[in-house]
Amino acid sequence: MKAINSLILVLALIVIAMLGAGALGIEYLFGVIIPYLAVLIFIVGFITKMVGWGKSAVPFRIPTTCGQATKSLPMFKDKWSRLDNPGTKLGTVGRMFFEVVLFRSLFRNTKVELHPGQYVAYSSSKWLWIFALIFHYTFLIIVLRHLRFFTEPIPGVIVFLDQADSMLQILTPPLFISSLLILVALGYLLLRRFFVPSMRYISQPADYVPLFLIISIVVSGMLMRYVGPFKTDLMPVKELAMGLVQFSPTVPEGIGLTFYVHFFLFSVLLMYFPFSKLMHMGGVFLSPTRNLPNDSREKHHANPWNYPVKVHTYEEYEDDFREKMVEADLPVVKPLEEKAEETSENDEKKE
Amino acid sequence: MYNAKYIIPGLIIFALLFTFPFWYNLGADAYEPVELELPEDYDDCLESTEYMRTEHMKMLDEWRDIYVRDGYQMYWSELKEQYFLMSLTKTCMDCHDNKEEFCDRCHDQTAVDPYCWDCHHIEP
Amino acid sequence: MAISKPDVLYRNISHKPPETNWMDVPLEIKPGRYCYAADPGPLEYVGMPNPRKWNPKDDDWKLPENWKETFIGGMKERLEKFRSFKIFMDICVRCGACADKCHYFIGSGDPKNMPVLRAELLRSVYRGEITKAGQILGRFAGGRELTENVLKEIWYYYYQCSECRRCSVFCPYGIDQAEITIIGRELLNLLGLNIDWIAKPAANCYRTGNHLGIQPHAFKDMIDFFCDDIEEITGIRPEPTFNKKGADYLFITPSGDVFADPGTYTCMGYLILFHYLKEEYGMDITWSTYASEGGNFGFFTSHELMKRLNAKMYMEAKRLGVKWILGGECGHMWRVLHQYMDSMNGPPEFLEVPVSPVTGTRFDHAASTKMIHIVEFVADLIKHNKLPLDKSRNDNLRVTFHDSCNPSRGMGFLEEPRYVINKVCNNFFEMPLETIREQTFCCGGGSGLNAGENEEIRLMGGLPRANAVKSVRDRHGVNMLANVCAIDRATLTAMMDYWQPDVGVTGVHEMLGNALILPGEQERETNLRGEPLPGKEEEE
Repeated sequence: MKAINSLILVLALIVIAMLGAGALGIEYLFGVIIPYLAVLIFIVGFITKMVGWGKSAVPFRIPTTCGQATKSLPMFKDKWSRLDNPGTKLGTVGRMFFEVVLFRSLFRNTKVELHPGQYVAYSSSKWLWIFALIFHYTFLIIVLRHLRFFTEPIPGVIVFLDQADSMLQILTPPLFISSLLILVALGYLLLRRFFVPSMRYISQPADYVPLFLIISIVVSGMLMRYVGPFKTDLMPVKELAMGLVQFSPTVPEGIGLTFYVHFFLFSVLLMYFPFSKLMHMGGVFLSPTRNLPNDSREKHHANPWNYPVKVHTYEEYEDDFREKMVEADLPVVKPLEEKAEETSENDEKKE
Repeated sequence: MYNAKYIIPGLIIFALLFTFPFWYNLGADAYEPVELELPEDYDDCLESTEYMRTEHMKMLDEWRDIYVRDGYQMYWSELKEQYFLMSLTKTCMDCHDNKEEFCDRCHDQTAVDPYCWDCHHIEP
Repeated sequence: MAISKPDVLYRNISHKPPETNWMDVPLEIKPGRYCYAADPGPLEYVGMPNPRKWNPKDDDWKLPENWKETFIGGMKERLEKFRSFKIFMDICVRCGACADKCHYFIGSGDPKNMPVLRAELLRSVYRGEITKAGQILGRFAGGRELTENVLKEIWYYYYQCSECRRCSVFCPYGIDQAEITIIGRELLNLLGLNIDWIAKPAANCYRTGNHLGIQPHAFKDMIDFFCDDIEEITGIRPEPTFNKKGADYLFITPSGDVFADPGTYTCMGYLILFHYLKEEYGMDITWSTYASEGGNFGFFTSHELMKRLNAKMYMEAKRLGVKWILGGECGHMWRVLHQYMDSMNGPPEFLEVPVSPVTGTRFDHAASTKMIHIVEFVADLIKHNKLPLDKSRNDNLRVTFHDSCNPSRGMGFLEEPRYVINKVCNNFFEMPLETIREQTFCCGGGSGLNAGENEEIRLMGGLPRANAVKSVRDRHGVNMLANVCAIDRATLTAMMDYWQPDVGVTGVHEMLGNALILPGEQERETNLRGEPLPGKEEEE
């Protein structure tokens, strides 16, 4: 149900673009106004979200330590653990690098199976890691490749990327390896939500919507490149794209409808981004279990909202138990006979 | 805000990267749509302009296969209702005789680097 | 309620969730999986909200009038106070990497014990009640309204999480269900929703200095009793001091070591060690009856109560005028000491950077907190050959080591205990890699869940650990499960009795106490448990 509703939503978006840019002929809305709005919402939304997180305090150092502490006795130092349990800022940068660039934590993934005869087995399970990596990197490559439409002259790196991505030289125009791989990865990410019972149970529309959206963007892009009736002339597309980035927007003639669908869906993705789980892109950098060094016994870290609390002082404790303490030969601060004069003090506040 | 000294530079880098196309093109002249040097002698190519725009790469690719590998030489143009030799240099470039002013204009603008020229060495 | 036999329980575990949307699966509060509600007494003593008699099985939980505003308001406040909470509410992508990492899920198959779903219980409220998208789109945005049933569900499942952080190791964004549970329980406590097994120890600790409510004279009696036993076994009587002003070092350990077998043998190990250090090196270590608890059940209640209980350590160290503090073997105690104490109640300017008076080693990694773990202290002693050890006295043991959740995932304390174990016994075997070190499994009773009434879920949660023990028992004949945690010593004993009855449980210092040769001791016939030493059996 959740998946079907999400699919319907994305299909509705496609219909909107087709009607709007096609039947109604308001290409300017879909080619200029919405894309500008999308970029604005994306940047402002992203920054607002990050600043919002930044405004929340980090009262305690709570890294999840995934290896021997580097801040321990020298006899226990282990050169590898500094990446899984760093004690220094530099080490933490290293940990974050591996986390963000190589998905270190996901690499640890295991799968549990209960075999007959009371045998609980754990096996390495790297599929999610592999396909997550493929998805994210192909997505990045694809975004970068598209800079060919938004730059003039096109930077050499982007040209190189384009050539490298199409180096297999199959199909005409040549197939981009990244397009193929991203579909495979997206397929994996989607199908596991359909067919793995626990995944189906935890999945929300917020998980299906971005998948369907990105799949639709990729497919519409590929239709424009490879499939006859959907093909579009790239020169007016470039004119439109350059118009946008040079702030002199134009909507040239001769752009196919598929392009507007593609462009609209991507605009929606940008607008959806800051309000969705996709913000993990920024959030991962601020995760307190990963981005803090494990040095909390070595250095004092102030809690910005630390406040005095009511404590039970030793004096109150002794008042409570003085008789028994004296009887048991435990040292007391005030001798027993003074107890009567003692007025019980209220709990003191301690910084 | 806490940790502003990390978060703010991070956000600036993010914003700079994301807006790359906006500032990369700053100072450049306003983008001019590509104009092609078209042959003066003919109004039409072998097929319609729309078809040629979107399918010329496919057509050339097929020509190459059919001519070089299968040995057939002639292409029947529905538009012109006549046969043409399937040859990039002898047919296409007979009219579009300047690679730089025709082929490269669009290809350069879209980072397209077809491997036609790996074999066909066109002297400028 | 009767617990089924292990093979039946094992066979009935199914990891297949129902087809219904989890939001529509009605809550069933199952006996054996929840703990009794807190009595009003302990709550009143520490001033926690809404003290009353209530029963989770009743329909009416006697919530305060404005419970919903309190809960939502509490969430909003904590979103500002804890970036962790805000991030963890916002960025989960439900990739499912954590799903089968929770021991309670593995052992019970209850899908709401998957960390991701346990978090979604609260996240759905965050979205439905606090975020704009959730307020407008409701369920489509994964949001739901906070109703009494939702609240009950959160209570039920947040007291089925032992805050072990195993899920956090595997999460690509480090989302830590322990952190969400800690804050979730703090919110529940605003409404007086808690469990007696946490509230009572916390109140006890506040008043008597320890969770078990042992009063000062009884505390001393217990330790005297251990000294009697030690004298009987070794011919030498340790002379521990209590509340001694001017002592050099303060020793704090969980009170479980003073009270519950087999922790008591570990406590005897400490006493033997301290006696040796005093005789040979003049180390003056004192015990406190006021700060007689290393553990901190406030940690399982709220950050504030954690701070209130923890404050005693520095206050007592200051009052006695010691140089630094030595901490005993305990799990969550060390999480608090390592990651919270300095920020809450520190830095203690009146203490010195810990230096071992025996070896001269400076513990720079504890330069601010000024508290060190007894196992790292001992590892340093052994490294410098300062302790005469007779490993063979532990030759009857074939030992494996259970990493406690908190020292491994909240500290990175992995090699220290292994080093000491290998120096005090000859037969050490590791369990499978996926079940030790940072991937270790909870004993099943962490975070204040070691009650009697929730035995079923504890035994279920103990399955992954027990099964890993089984694998080394089958392969290497392991008969002893060592650990550095008082809750482990209590929980694992019951858990082994159920799953692997022929494996015992020990603290590292019990083995050290057996191996350590005291000057002038008589020839020992038995170990600290009164069992004949290896080679002495025939003489019995």
